[in-house]
Parts: sequence; structure tokens; C-alpha cells
Amino acid sequence: MKKLSLPLLRLSVAAIALNPLFVHSELLGYIGLQGRVYPTSAAEAEQGSETVSAVIAPEWFTQWNDGDDSFNIKAFYRYDSLDSERSHGDLREFYWQHVGPSWELSIGINRVFWGVTESQHLVDIINQTDFVESADGEDKLGQPMIHFASIQSWGVIDAFILPHFRPREFAGQDGRLRSTPATLNNQERYQSDKEDEHIDYALRWSHYLGDWNLGLSWFQGTSREPLYEVIINGSDFALAPYYPLIEQSGIDAQYISGDWLWKLEAIHRRGLGHSLAEDMNASTAGFEYTFTGINTRFWDLGVLLEYSYDSRSKAQAGAFQNDIFSGGRLSLNDIASTEILFGISQDLDDSDSRSAVIEASTRVGDTMRLITELYHFRSKQTADPLYSIRRDSYVELGLEYYF
Amino acid sequence: MSIRTQFIAPFVSALCLCTALLANGQEQNNTANSPEAIGLSIAKEMKARDRGWVDNSAEMEMVLHNGKRESRREMRVLSLEVADDGDKSMTIFDSPNDVKGTAFLSFTHTNAMDDQWLYLPALKRVKRIASKNKSGPFMGSEFAYEDLNSFEVEQYDYRWLRDETLDGQDCFVVESIPRDEYSGYSKQISWIDKTHYRALKIDFYDHKNTLLKTLTLSDYQLHLDKFWRPTKQSMLNHKNQRRTEVYLRNYQFGTGLDESDFTENSLKRAR
Repeated sequence: MKKLSLPLLRLSVAAIALNPLFVHSELLGYIGLQGRVYPTSAAEAEQGSETVSAVIAPEWFTQWNDGDDSFNIKAFYRYDSLDSERSHGDLREFYWQHVGPSWELSIGINRVFWGVTESQHLVDIINQTDFVESADGEDKLGQPMIHFASIQSWGVIDAFILPHFRPREFAGQDGRLRSTPATLNNQERYQSDKEDEHIDYALRWSHYLGDWNLGLSWFQGTSREPLYEVIINGSDFALAPYYPLIEQSGIDAQYISGDWLWKLEAIHRRGLGHSLAEDMNASTAGFEYTFTGINTRFWDLGVLLEYSYDSRSKAQAGAFQNDIFSGGRLSLNDIASTEILFGISQDLDDSDSRSAVIEASTRVGDTMRLITELYHFRSKQTADPLYSIRRDSYVELGLEYYF
Repeated sequence: MSIRTQFIAPFVSALCLCTALLANGQEQNNTANSPEAIGLSIAKEMKARDRGWVDNSAEMEMVLHNGKRESRREMRVLSLEVADDGDKSMTIFDSPNDVKGTAFLSFTHTNAMDDQWLYLPALKRVKRIASKNKSGPFMGSEFAYEDLNSFEVEQYDYRWLRDETLDGQDCFVVESIPRDEYSGYSKQISWIDKTHYRALKIDFYDHKNTLLKTLTLSDYQLHLDKFWRPTKQSMLNHKNQRRTEVYLRNYQFGTGLDESDFTENSLKRAR
């Protein structure tokens, strides 16, 4: 495949240069296999203790019009042996894009990232989190959108129309990393009468000026983050998500000075109409500093410290209401691009509430990566959002093949 | 946080690696015939002969020889010449497969730190990155970031050492001392051919002043009747005996690239 693709690629680049209507298409992606073990016995009897899962994530794109038009597809499916709710598929991307002289228009399903901090992503609101996929919340569901971007000397304006809402998926009864009692899927309630057909809007201005990056954002519509209601499901209690209507304004800023990166994200959110959501403010601020060439093998160590504040009560605020995250990224700069990430998030009001992660990966051969992940959760108070997953610390080993 | 943020460095100015030999407006207290003045004039002549390429694109293959094993990295490099400042470049990775789609944007500056951005396709996230890390290895190869860095002025102090024949070609031998305190080198010694002012060989010395690496540039091709580009560059590390070869192919000049092809937005859609 690789031996073939280089000459082909070379041909295609030459052809693009010669023929403005040349169509260039490519298929890429990865498949993976993961095994995960939860060493501590579960909080509830039906929850299992180990799982094997497989993932496939193919991607295909085609470009024409000298690359000014493109069509992009990215699909995702995971099978999980323990939790049928974690066996899930998603169309991450399925969009057409046209690029004009100083503008871009994208129509379809896409993903958009906003922000600068690492421990959580407050201003990033366009896409719903893929809640069953990973504990770090970095994976996102594809969002249907019309996205227009205007690229000017004074910054980039992004305008979004978001016609369909994607609710969160939650782990099932058998699965780990879930609430107790479990949160039900397909029992969502919405503030809007239009439910998941409510049309949301978003605007963003972002600019880069020398050592500064600045973004201002505004969103109006269905909150990506639900509230939870206790309901009776048969003879048991269960939780059901409720999605209020909100307006959220955000700012993100980054300043670079030598090896220092200073970062800030802050949001203000208010409920619209008769919203059950309380008005709130939240922010994350911190820095990243990189020690380069720390030994004779030229390893790099980036260290990270971020403080998060959330005005809501602890139960509503999630894991970041008054917390310090400290972590690092060790890059071995070797042929296998070996990298180790680690971090610990500590609640400053409750010394028994914390979570920690270590994630290491290295290339095997030319096309595979070996990845190991270790998550640790600790919590003793029932009001702590981490309490329901306090027995769900896990270790995972995975192998991914890239094509 | 799943992909490392600092694994690539700028490749600008068609990777001429003649970088060591540029100076512009340096303070000169020397007489016209001092070794420093001769060194500087050679550097200026090299620079003058490489002006006016406007923009180009090329495919790059890197072959890492690590004992018995060989591994490859493939990428495409787009460059734009900028008047009165450093060049702009974009590097798009094609292999290894796990970094396919990763792209890197760099604005080099003559009098300030470079601006650098990395696009991580898994998260669709553009990250601004600190640019001080010059001496670290690029993608596990024997090339440091700064070896692949652009063609900027005022980066070195020069001294002509002697004239010498290398592989049958008459050469100037010039010493250049990096002005940047973050450089991994104490000095570089370059062999420049007198006919076309092309770098044929560069010795790199570490801070203990011992010979660290030797770069050999060969298979030069002439583009647009003016610009010489090496097709092959081979870096030998004398300390670990490892070798990395860089092949640059399919050079295209005047491809119509402009400022709008070197923005955060164009980085996000680089394929």
C-alpha cells in the first residue's frame, strides 16, 4: 500500500498542478483492538469487570476544482463485549466544503474545536461529547451544521446554524463509568417543544496577533450538557437527562512567551425562558512549559498546570468546580514517536476527590501503535460527581493499525 | 492530548541548508579583506542567488537508518517567499500512517521568534506551539529542527577559513557561528562551490566543540535556470553512527500559492 501510494501521490500532485479540475480522492483510517480491566469490584452487581472492544474508523475524501471543493466522510464504529450501550457507531463527518478567496462554506455533519486549555474544554460547545467512547471527553459526535467562515485581516468570523441536536449516550447497566443509578438512553427530555429539532446558532471571532491568540464566542440553543432527573423505571430508580435552553458567551486567550504558553478559557451561561439551568460562570486558566532536550537522548518534557473554577454547586458543576490539574507530556523523540502523558486532577475542597491518568503510546513497525492507558478515580463523598465511578479505575491495553 | 505537539519543524526555503551562510546588515568592523568580511560576502552572494523563487512545493522522503532497521517519513512541503521577513511554510505529513493528515504551519521571522502551529486531525484542533526547541531531533531522525529551518538572515557570524577542492570542485570553506543561544551547535563549517555558491558539505560541532554530524548535499538540480536544489541530503551522526537521508522530489515553482494558503484555516483543510 505504502510503496504504491508514494508514486501515485506524486503523480496526483503533478496532475493537480496541470489540471485545475483534477479529482483527488483518498481512503485512510484505523482499526483497533482494546482490552480493559477494572481491578476493583463494581459498585453494582450487574456491572462487569473486564471488556474487550474493537474499533474501526475509516475516512474518505475527494477534492476537485483545484482543491476548492471537497467532500469528506469519516465514520466510526466500536463493538464492546461488556456494555451494549458502548457498542456504538457515529458519522463523525459527512460534509461538502467550498473554499472561496476569503471565505469557506461547509454543509453537512462535521466537528469543530474551539479553545486552548487541556484539562477541560469550556468554550468548545458545537459538538456533543461522545460520552461512552473515552473517559477524557475528547471524542465528539458529528454535528449537522451549516458553517460559514469569513477570513479577514482583522480575524476570522465563524457563523453556524445547527439544525439538529445530538443527545449524549450513556453507559448501560452492565457497563462501568456510569452514574448510579444508571442514566437511561432514549429517555431525554427537552425544554424546547421542538426537542432535538430546535435550531441552535453560534458565532465566533478569533484572531492571532503576534504572541497572542484570542477568541470570543457566542452560542444560543440546547445545552450540550444535560441536567439529570430521577425517574422511576419499572420498579427501579433511574436518571434521565434533561436538556435546557441556554445562551453561552465564551472567551479563550493564549499568550506565548519563549517556552511558556499561558492559557485562559472562561464562559458565562444563562438559562433561556423557564430554564431549569442555573446561570453560571466557569473558567480554566494555567500554563504549559516545555523543557527541551532534558537528557542526552533529547527527550522533551512539557509540564502543565491548570486551575478550574465553576460557580455552580459541586453536584452540578461536574469534576471541575475548584480543582487543580497538573500533568506532563514526555516525548522521547525516538523513531517510534514514543510519548507518555500523565496528569492528576485534585479537588481543592475535598482531599479525597481526585482522578489521575497515565497514557503511553509507541509505534510498532510502520503502521501500528501500541497504547496503554491507566485511569484512577478516588472519591468518598456521595455528593461528589466522581463518587459513582470511584470503583471504576481501569487499565487498558490497545493496538491500532493505520491504513 | 493524544498526539504529541512538537514533532515537526519548519522546512522552508526549499531546504536549501545553505542557511548557515546568510547575513544582512551585520555590523562590520572589519576591513574588506578580513576573513570575516570575505565570509559575509560569500553568504550575501548565496542569498542573492536564491532570491525571487516566490513560491514552491516539493515532496520529501526521509529515510532513517538505525542499525539494521530502516524507516521512512513522507511529507509535502509548501513554501512562500516573504519580502523583508522570513518565509512561510506548510508541511503536510503522509507517512507514517498514524500521523497522516497532521500538518504544520510556520512563519519564520528575521528578528523575532518564529510563529508555529500544529494541526491535529484526530481532534480537528490547531495548537499554537512554542518555537524555542531547535536542537531536538525531527521525527526521530538525525536532523535537528534547526537543520531543516529556513533561510534567514542575521542568524550567524561568518569567517572564511580557506579555499579547498571537494570532489573535484573548487570550494570556499566558511565557518558560521550561530547567534541564537538555543542552537545546539557551537559552529558549522561549510564547503561552498565557487561556481554556483551551493553548499556541498556541512560539519556541525556541538557545544564541546567536537564534530557531531556531517551533512552531505548532492544531486543538485537547476530550476527555472536560476535555483539550485539538492535532490539528496545525507546526515551522518558521528556519535551514534546513525544516518538519515532526505530526498526532495517533484519541485514545482510558481504554483500560485499566496498568503491565504498559509493561514490557520488552510492548515485545517490541508490534505
